[in-house]
Amino acid sequence: MNGLVLGGTYALLGIGLTLIFGLMNVVNFAHGEFYTLGAYAAFATLAGLGGGFVAAVLGAIVCGALLGGLTERVLLRPLRGESIDTTMLVMIGVWIAMQNAELLVWGGVAKSIPHPFPTEPLVLGPVAIAPLRLFVMALAAGLIAASYLLIHRTKLGRAMRATFQDAETAALMGVKIARIHTVTFAFGSGLAAAAGALLGPVFLAYPSMGDLAALKAFSVVILGGLGNLPGATLGGLLLGIAEELGAGYVSSGYRDAVGFVIIIVVLLFRPSGLFARQERIG
Amino acid sequence: MTRAARVLGALLALTLPFWLQNPYYLHVVIMAGIFGVLSLSLNLLLGYTGQLSLGHAAFFGIGAYTSALLTLSLAWPVWPAMLAAVALTALSGWIIGRLALKLRGAYFVLVTISFAGVVSLVSVNWMELTNGPLGLPGVPAPALGPWSLRTKTAYYYLVLAAVALSYLVCARLVNSRIGRAFLALRENEPLAESVGVDVTHYLVLAAVVSAGLAGLGGSLYAHYTRFVSPEVFLFTYTVTMVIMVVAGGKGTLAGPLVGALLFTALPEALRLATSWQWQMLAYGVLLLLLVYFLPRGIVPALRGLRGRRAS
Amino acid sequence: MTLAVRDLAVQFGGVAALGGVSFEVRPGTITSVIGPNGSGKTTAFNAITGYLRPTRGAITYDGASLAGLRPSAIARRGVVRTFQKTSVFPTLSVADNVMIGLHLSGTAGVVAVLLGRRRLGEEERRLAAEADALVELVGLGHRRGEVASGLPYGEQRLVELAVALAARPRLLLLDEPGAGMTGAEKATVSALIRTIRGRGITVLLVEHDMRMVMGISDTVVVLHHGRVIAEGPPAAIQAHPEVIRAYLGATGERA
Repeated sequence: MNGLVLGGTYALLGIGLTLIFGLMNVVNFAHGEFYTLGAYAAFATLAGLGGGFVAAVLGAIVCGALLGGLTERVLLRPLRGESIDTTMLVMIGVWIAMQNAELLVWGGVAKSIPHPFPTEPLVLGPVAIAPLRLFVMALAAGLIAASYLLIHRTKLGRAMRATFQDAETAALMGVKIARIHTVTFAFGSGLAAAAGALLGPVFLAYPSMGDLAALKAFSVVILGGLGNLPGATLGGLLLGIAEELGAGYVSSGYRDAVGFVIIIVVLLFRPSGLFARQERIG
Repeated sequence: MTRAARVLGALLALTLPFWLQNPYYLHVVIMAGIFGVLSLSLNLLLGYTGQLSLGHAAFFGIGAYTSALLTLSLAWPVWPAMLAAVALTALSGWIIGRLALKLRGAYFVLVTISFAGVVSLVSVNWMELTNGPLGLPGVPAPALGPWSLRTKTAYYYLVLAAVALSYLVCARLVNSRIGRAFLALRENEPLAESVGVDVTHYLVLAAVVSAGLAGLGGSLYAHYTRFVSPEVFLFTYTVTMVIMVVAGGKGTLAGPLVGALLFTALPEALRLATSWQWQMLAYGVLLLLLVYFLPRGIVPALRGLRGRRAS
Repeated sequence: MTLAVRDLAVQFGGVAALGGVSFEVRPGTITSVIGPNGSGKTTAFNAITGYLRPTRGAITYDGASLAGLRPSAIARRGVVRTFQKTSVFPTLSVADNVMIGLHLSGTAGVVAVLLGRRRLGEEERRLAAEADALVELVGLGHRRGEVASGLPYGEQRLVELAVALAARPRLLLLDEPGAGMTGAEKATVSALIRTIRGRGITVLLVEHDMRMVMGISDTVVVLHHGRVIAEGPPAAIQAHPEVIRAYLGATGERA
């Protein structure tokens, strides 16, 4: 069960990252910072403003999306067409700057995020689960479903898919690529923030929490395939469960190694996307 | 650089301990030297073959732990331990090179990061070998016959020799047929293959040499601070190396050294003025500014200036 | 020293890009492969030079199979190609581009380089002189020190040619060397290709410009929908009814 709770939030992280990576070709090292931002935004809403949990998650999404959109607009747009290394360095810079800004604002001490749920576990037949975790799982599932609807059922989503397929053709068809990039980055960051807001109350909020989250998001993306939403969803759930099993059967100290090992193994044995960049037939 | 400037620089480097009486300053210079070795090492991959390794802290850490463990647990003398550290990291570079043979760009980056992540977790969790988060205190300082190199002045010369050696290795490689093969891989891989450059062979070679040099840096660090803990695997070390290389000028020989000197001295100066968080915040912002305003780095920018003045 | 392609087939997904192609390139000749866009010319090039693995068929050069070899290993056997899209080492100078092309002419290994052996200096000077000669050959002597990506398009294609020649090919595969060039530049390239053959290098050419192809080829192979529909000397090809129907008709559509 815990695997599913983790997995749902990993899937949210992965979906956000796979969109940014697949559509914009940006290796977003700051992805984890939006997750952290989400957790702190939830903390501010719950502890500071006394809002409800749903309001906290919504607040986190808005914060993440706004800052994400701003980051894309200000930092990434001028670099469109630059090499992937250049944008990667920029995102590393953003990552370090954001993390330490968070450290300055919130301090280095881990914060426990208050939540309105009873701590008594709910017993449903053979499984016992804390109500908070159940709620987190439900909200994560709802957000994943909402992302699917956005991508597959709206005009914006269609433009995003077209851009992913072939940016040049999409541009010819009248899709405003620059705007799609901003929206994608905002959307992906919003999802990362949502994941942070969801997991924050389960664990603790601290400024470097995003580092591991980012790596997990990367392993989910690689597991699922670049720009592949169902892949990221499944990958997230799989990673969550694999981590629970790994922690249970190997050693809890190596829990976080599962993601790393997945990245290495999948990349090594994945036959596509490798050396022979095939040229046009003709 | 003109010949006169080079001779002057060498003289300055050789006599530095006599000018810098303050041991704290000398300490900063020693750290700059160690980071110089690390930056030269990263630059070989990033600057010449064009592959960004974000796992360099792993090679640094493996070098440090190898040196520390061999001298502490097996009571090896320092020099063979240092050699073994270089050999073992070169071997791990070979493994990473072979594994990541067909991966480029973002995928290469992710494999190197993951490798560093796994190694770091092992260093924390394998208590019997590494003593976990507590680390390994009491790493011995090297000795030259009857003379211990414990003093900062003596260690300064050791580090200086290591920097010179690393520079020589890089310079010879880069200014040869092998260096051209590295560049060919960075510039246009399919074209390089078409004229007979076996790019994977050269990528592995670059990874081996680069990892070995990073291991040398790690070993020097272990015997200098005389304490090794899982902190040597911190991603901050990798990021610092990347910033030094990018700021100094990737793909130039002098760039990494300039970057190392600048970015060891600068945080130390900042540290006197402000807290660690502000320092790191400044680091992040500085990296951003570099990408936008000095994308090619300090050394190429200076060269460009001089070229313009000359013409 | 004959290149023999037997029943070469390449499939992308379910689509057959080449459906069993056979032809030969005899030593000392200029052979051209022509055909409308999508007829499989570049695919054949990529398969011969190791850039993609054929689904079926055999490729032999000088009696030995090239199957499964990496492009660099094929280059080592004297089979060198150029690319359809301009392909240079962009941030390096013209001379350095050609120096990389001379990779196989160098012998320096890691140990020798690290030890700084004296004979390496001599080798470097020899290679630099060779590079200079090649830069002169393609007429770019005045551009020697300039960064390759800064040159006009036509000159970049000449750099490419010099880089390929530096690898000392015995068989040179040129993928549309005249594409996007002015008439005068095409004439220069045609003359260069003849010079190259004059040096004993066999040439296999993919080209769209019919005047160029018919003017310099000894043999022309016509591909259509992934198959060879005709093979022979230029005059015979120009009169071949199927070629006129398939190829020239398609060219009309293309324009």
